[in-house]
Amino acid sequence: MTELANATSATKRYGQFVAVDGVDLHVEPGEIVGLIGANGAGKTTLIRMLLGLTATSAGDVAVFGEAPSRQTRRRLGYVPQGLGLWPDLTALENIAFTAAAFGVAPRLDALPAGVDPDDLVGALSLGQQRQLAFVCALAHEPDLVVLDEPTSGVDPLARAHLWERIHRVADDGGGVLVTTHYMQEAQQCDRLVVMSAGRVAARGRLNDVLDGVEAIEVDSADWRAAFAVLAESSIPIMLTGRRVRAVGVERATVEQVLSAADVAAAIDVVPGTLEEAMLLIERAG
Amino acid sequence: MNQPSFGVDGVSVDIGGTRALEGITLDAEPGTITAVVGGDGAGKTTLLRCVVGEVRATVGAVQRPQKRHVGYMPSTSGVWRDLSVSENVAFAGSAYGVDPAGSRPRELLRAAGLDSVAGRLARDLSGGMRQKLGVVMALLHDPELVVLDEPSTGVDPVSRVELWRLVSEAAAGGAAVLLATTYLDEAERASSLLVLDGGTALVSGTAESITAQVPGTLAATAKPVYRDRAWRRGTEFHEWWPPHERVADDLRTIDADLEDAVIVEMIARRVPTP
Repeated sequence: MTELANATSATKRYGQFVAVDGVDLHVEPGEIVGLIGANGAGKTTLIRMLLGLTATSAGDVAVFGEAPSRQTRRRLGYVPQGLGLWPDLTALENIAFTAAAFGVAPRLDALPAGVDPDDLVGALSLGQQRQLAFVCALAHEPDLVVLDEPTSGVDPLARAHLWERIHRVADDGGGVLVTTHYMQEAQQCDRLVVMSAGRVAARGRLNDVLDGVEAIEVDSADWRAAFAVLAESSIPIMLTGRRVRAVGVERATVEQVLSAADVAAAIDVVPGTLEEAMLLIERAG
Repeated sequence: MNQPSFGVDGVSVDIGGTRALEGITLDAEPGTITAVVGGDGAGKTTLLRCVVGEVRATVGAVQRPQKRHVGYMPSTSGVWRDLSVSENVAFAGSAYGVDPAGSRPRELLRAAGLDSVAGRLARDLSGGMRQKLGVVMALLHDPELVVLDEPSTGVDPVSRVELWRLVSEAAAGGAAVLLATTYLDEAERASSLLVLDGGTALVSGTAESITAQVPGTLAATAKPVYRDRAWRRGTEFHEWWPPHERVADDLRTIDADLEDAVIVEMIARRVPTP
């Protein structure tokens, strides 16, 4: 079976700056691939290469087994971060416009719940706009769907509904490439590709990416003192509730810092989060 | 250490004749981080503006310190795009008598990872850097109450860790921190949280207390019986069964996490139960 999307050593240079540096990535039918990385890691440039909006400087990018073109774009659905809707047109006009662009019949039965065909898109809630952007992007039944932070700004139930749609694409045999910054969303993906400074820094399921990432959790009655002495030692830390979490540091180091300052605390080694894994990846790079 | 708490008590807010917030009570304790969670239009910004005094409460009481002891970052980040990073800090600090050459601005910029871009215009910063600058500006005068409107929206995971460190440091230093977010992943880290839905309180408390009080039964299943009470979590669905309802046989019950707990409360409001 042909892979829906395939990047082999894909590279994009802007002058001296290498935005995407030898990236391998593939998306197969029926799977959701999560693309994760800090701002500037190269995610958007890679997506633009797959869409055929940016040419590669080196390496190969193919969708449906061929170079990205207007023809491949017909089989691809894309929801950009900015949604790509026309706020001054109605919901129905947006659906009709996108359908016309792809040469398919507009599906009026696909309106999101609570949206009237004559509602101006600019007056809809962000959650409804996101649902409508999905409807528009999926109207031509694309084989590959590319989503750039598709659930940003919506409430948990609306987010769950959007993810149900994403899963439905994959269940129906389509492939999905989705960018996200959040662990709960990364859990929804079949595979993750983590980018850092233009390269792939890790890949696999969330558990693979988190494998071996540990945080040190400090539980102290005097948590403010614990935080203050750890902050001074320049260990990466943050509060969770009243516990202090440190990452990228040995348990013994934390123990030393605390006991040197006479702060009594229970210290535990706990599984790290995606953010903590990303921090370690960025520091290593 | 008996500092007064800040927040709102039984507050409703009308904006242009429409009720934007209804009967909200929220306690932001000094030395802790309180999160306000909700989607677009839930009322987060109105609540935060009410707490800092930019919007008047139609009903109810608001406790806040004097204005010069409040640090507020609006959802637009409050950063002047045509000023450089250091000019932004100097300008924001001048309103509170903070010496721009003093140690406080320097320490905050370093902690935010912005010291290396001090001369850069704010409009040339990445979204994450701009948000961090907004937080630095809200913290400059060491306020007693720090109110941040979606500081982490559009911020990547690495910058988010730095941002949380800044916020944590303010709380550890004794400030009451109140911040809005759309993500439960993040709210879970706060000492307590309030989930808003359509301008009213959906649930509040610690993450543990919210997950412990989920009504009815929660199950994991490949094929939900009632689709309008089910949501996708990875390869399977989670489905909610209201209290007193006869549940399906062979139910594989699970414990709710915060995401589940909030979704259950939202569904319980929207789906009529028999």
